[in-house]
Amino acid sequence: MPSAVPQAVPPTAAPARRKPLLLHPAAKVLLFVAALLPLAWYVWGAVANTLGANPAEALIRGMGDWTLRFLCLTLAVTPVRQWTNTPALARFRRMLGLFAFFYGCLHFLCYAWLDKDLLLSDILPDIAKRPFILVGTLSLLLMLPLAATSFNRAIKALGAPRWQRLHRLVYVTVLLALLHFFWMRAGKNNFAEVGVYAAIVAVLLGWRVVSAVRRRRTAG
Amino acid sequence: MLFLKDRGFQHPAASEITPRTVYEQRRRLLQLMAAGSGGLAMAGWAARDAMAQIPRPNKLAALPGTRSAVPGATTMEKLTAYTDVTTYNNYYEFGTDKSDPARAAGSLKTRPWTVAVEGEVKKPRTFDIEELLKLAPMEERVYRLRCVEGWSMVIPWVGYSLSELIKRVEPTGNAKFVEFVTLADKKQMPELGSHVLSWPYVEGLRLDEAMNPLTLLAFGLYGEVLPNQNGAPIRLAVPWKYGFKSGKSIVKIRFTEKQPATSWNHAAASEYGFYSNVNPNVDHPRWSQAKERRIGEDGLFAKKRATLMFNGYEAQVGQLYAGMDLKKLY
Repeated sequence: MPSAVPQAVPPTAAPARRKPLLLHPAAKVLLFVAALLPLAWYVWGAVANTLGANPAEALIRGMGDWTLRFLCLTLAVTPVRQWTNTPALARFRRMLGLFAFFYGCLHFLCYAWLDKDLLLSDILPDIAKRPFILVGTLSLLLMLPLAATSFNRAIKALGAPRWQRLHRLVYVTVLLALLHFFWMRAGKNNFAEVGVYAAIVAVLLGWRVVSAVRRRRTAG
Repeated sequence: MLFLKDRGFQHPAASEITPRTVYEQRRRLLQLMAAGSGGLAMAGWAARDAMAQIPRPNKLAALPGTRSAVPGATTMEKLTAYTDVTTYNNYYEFGTDKSDPARAAGSLKTRPWTVAVEGEVKKPRTFDIEELLKLAPMEERVYRLRCVEGWSMVIPWVGYSLSELIKRVEPTGNAKFVEFVTLADKKQMPELGSHVLSWPYVEGLRLDEAMNPLTLLAFGLYGEVLPNQNGAPIRLAVPWKYGFKSGKSIVKIRFTEKQPATSWNHAAASEYGFYSNVNPNVDHPRWSQAKERRIGEDGLFAKKRATLMFNGYEAQVGQLYAGMDLKKLY
């Protein structure tokens, strides 16, 4: 199957000795199941009542945590692929990105349902009034066009360069998600965890900036 | 009636007329009836008391209290489970996660313990905790607790009105505020190195708020001494204010002329005012305060309940704030 994903290096460039496991058809199924484990854990916790005294809060925050984690994982695919010379990793990027969107939607759904009783009259003013909610909502909305154009035919229809430009929105998404998390924790001056994510994102985005500058220099 | 022949002057049979000797004792009869019905009511109350006995969790030393007579001090709402009360805590000296204090507060040493009472008082002195435990009769009070974060509990505290202590140290005419300083000991509290707040954690009340009978000096909950994570051995419980106003593990009570600089107000003045009365009409900058989630109540999808003005204690404390703009003095 010829892939139009720009990062997908043609199979001929892949060194044969590298991890055939990653190319195995079952690898994607395995990743799919693994990516559903956090959700399964929370659903089980909600049913068995092991999410602590405030299960609603645990669910909302848990889904948010996993959105950010999957965003980081998605952004890590390309750098890690290049650092370790493992082109096969590119196969998993789309699924990871879609899971980030999936957990983001669950995060919003939990907030809207468990915190706001699905009342639009409560949700909309909350989004308008509170910067950290607004930023989180924007971050999720920005993922929408990316998820909508994630299938192969959309890539072909858009053309790879345009598709890639569109999908650079993920950088804005992750920065907004980080800001959302930072603001949420700012009330307690509790930045330790936010700092960890910020450092990871800084490395992942910083690497892109550095390599873009290098490319430009070698090109120029 | 319309067809009765005898209109207006029907007389009962002689046997039904109350004898004069009896009706002349009307007052005595009324007294007896009153006493009887009163007794019946008391019996009912006593029976309900016995039925409503809060079961002890049998985890810590017993600290019994008699039902408080202070108006508003005993809500009949369903109690929040002991497990939830003791595992979902904000006690940042032991970590900012709700589950941290229950895990880490074992290192808190509650004996020996003293509380220094100083400042604008005629009789400043240091009380030993054993002395404080005997200072006034222990009462059981079932209070609603509303956290500024938007959740609430119903907790059966054991303690007595802070005013009992205040009366004994005799505040001077200059005393306008009371400052509560809580323990800050790096050896016992793992998170004191963090910069979440400035330590020690300090809270404060206006003197009239501190003197209100609902302001409770708490030593226990659920009929037992306070678990460390809930602020052992001595804490405050001010039911009409957001939970953070009620300092835990108090070591010093200072009477001042000026409004004390409190920890949360110092950290984020726009979010946490000095008064911090529970008020559904004044939002926290980052969330609405109109509703609250009652911990452990109903299922996951239960609707949140409406937050009440002064957490439902308006009848008892509303007059303290007469004429104040509570939107400005939040």
